[in-house]
Amino acid sequence: MSEPSQPAMTLFEKVWRRHLVRKETAETPAILYIDLQLLHEVTSPQAFGELRRRGLKVRRPDLCLATIDHSTPTTPPDAHGVRHYHTPEARAQVDMLHANCAEQGIYLHSWDSPNRGIVHVMGPELGATRPGMTIVCGDSHTATHGAFGALAFGIGTTEVGHVLATQCLLQSKPKTLGIRIEGALQPGVTAKDVILHVIGTIGVGGGTGSVIEYHGSTVRAMSMEARMTMCNMSIECGARAGMIAPDETTFEYLEGRKMSPGGERWDAAVADWKTLATDPDARYDRLVGIDATRIEPSVTWGTNPGMVIGIDDVIPSADNAANREALDYMHLEAGARLAGEPVDVVFIGSCTNSRMTDLREAASLLKDRKVAAGTRVLVVPGSEATRREAEAEGLDLIFIEAGAEWREPGCSMCLAMNGDSASPGDLVVSTSNRNFKGRQGRGVRTVLASPLTAAASAVTGRVTNPRELMEAEV
Amino acid sequence: MNHSGIVESRTFNLQVDNIDTDQIIPGQFLTTTEREGLGRFCFYSWRFDENGAERADNPLKKYDADQQQVLVAGNNFGCGSSREHAPWALLDFGFKAVISSQFADIFRSNSLKNGLLPVMVEQHVVDFLQANPGHAVQIDIRNNTLTVEGYGEFQFPLDPFSAYCLTRSIDQLDFLLENEAEISRYEQ
Repeated sequence: MSEPSQPAMTLFEKVWRRHLVRKETAETPAILYIDLQLLHEVTSPQAFGELRRRGLKVRRPDLCLATIDHSTPTTPPDAHGVRHYHTPEARAQVDMLHANCAEQGIYLHSWDSPNRGIVHVMGPELGATRPGMTIVCGDSHTATHGAFGALAFGIGTTEVGHVLATQCLLQSKPKTLGIRIEGALQPGVTAKDVILHVIGTIGVGGGTGSVIEYHGSTVRAMSMEARMTMCNMSIECGARAGMIAPDETTFEYLEGRKMSPGGERWDAAVADWKTLATDPDARYDRLVGIDATRIEPSVTWGTNPGMVIGIDDVIPSADNAANREALDYMHLEAGARLAGEPVDVVFIGSCTNSRMTDLREAASLLKDRKVAAGTRVLVVPGSEATRREAEAEGLDLIFIEAGAEWREPGCSMCLAMNGDSASPGDLVVSTSNRNFKGRQGRGVRTVLASPLTAAASAVTGRVTNPRELMEAEV
Repeated sequence: MNHSGIVESRTFNLQVDNIDTDQIIPGQFLTTTEREGLGRFCFYSWRFDENGAERADNPLKKYDADQQQVLVAGNNFGCGSSREHAPWALLDFGFKAVISSQFADIFRSNSLKNGLLPVMVEQHVVDFLQANPGHAVQIDIRNNTLTVEGYGEFQFPLDPFSAYCLTRSIDQLDFLLENEAEISRYEQ
């Protein structure tokens, strides 16, 4: 008699099943084991406070990875070695994470760590993010780690406390959404343009209740850093998580990293990771197809990440209240072109686009060029490791010589809570992930774009299709 | 909410879709290490100008926290970041429930853990309430029903576990801790 065959499963279902401590019942959600919790200063204080109030200890400090990134200054310390925080509250928040980690035996990658960085940049760099893991953080961009075939998602502070105390999370099983992307990308089109196009296609609520799996030839051809950019913005269409099946690109990235398995354990790990891919007969609850060959360099024109156009397209009509309000806030007119609009600030950074690939792309257009007069450019590497590598390649000098500011790692102007912000009315071309009203400062108008588009716009001082500068080089 | 698990209140309308967590509480206020007292930052940029003075076009100018404990909002409420500061701020501001045709997942989860009720109903119910500001509603979390005076009674989804926790004041962390033996077994 033949063995009963396993039902065909998606990548998500395989990772989910491996981590079930207790299955979902009619009355209670599943208890899911969490392999890694990432911690930062903003969403953890109240969680540690709750543990203290209940007299609980952190169950697995060894499965926590802590850093400081959101409230931290990106300017260097002064001559006396003092860091100048934006507010006393920001400093107090960082101090509190120090105290909480010390009390609970959690290693904190603070100022003295050579690996400190934006939590979603340093995790993969350290090899802490690996295929098949469950990873959570009190941060909605945790989906980034799904690029490795991990199930990674953002949680609230109460849940941060749950995981600290029990290493488990209560979850009801989400639906699956397959996004199949096929075809080669045109010149000047990057992963950022692809994900903006995807969000524009399915809408800001289009992924709600779902875990996305990105697949297809376009995704297979992407580097790990490009895949991270894709998965990072899954939350911007409302999805719980975004995932990509691990493959040779993934294994090549992970081999030899600090926390990656070594020796014989490496071969066993890779053999196991190869079994994670979605089975050929498995079905997603929903499937969306995207033709990548038609994607243009993409930008947002409005006040949510679903308000996306190709950079040379005209701004859509104000045929509904949301569009009218967005255009009113953005000081833009329906039917006009966004390309050519004057740019006050360019921000190259954030957990979406602050890795080496992103910095190299930006530098390729800024090399031997100058930032336009009247435009301010901030380049903020995602981590200390990225900063070192960029400086070893001389990218910092390219940025500085062009007239940009080369900062220390952190979240910086993505959410502008550390003091890096723009002024009311400024138009910011930003490689970050959210263009919500006031996100980068009160009254600030954010245009989300790729590092190439951001760099091209820095050079011309106007929203610019990067192909205009790339073609000039040929 | 009273002991019977019923919220009876007048509604307050914000006729905007995709109200994100940066609108509910701007990032600049996230340096707090507390969860109390965040109501003063709720919808801050909608209520106050850059000098901290009330805006002439403040959409919450006529909000009455004593009478209006139910917010009626547009589609996809609470999208954006995972900040639990959003439900903390809404609760402290005076809301006990939000009615919308769709909620963002993390916001919904955070709300249920703090006793802010996300009441998801069909668009026509939201449309009726938006057309009738300050309407009387009753939310019954034992039966998962929203009663809209003069319009009807509607079911809304509330997962049984959250209802269990909300009605019995049972804590989700307690539930997890009760499963310690199974967690240890998994870790072997």
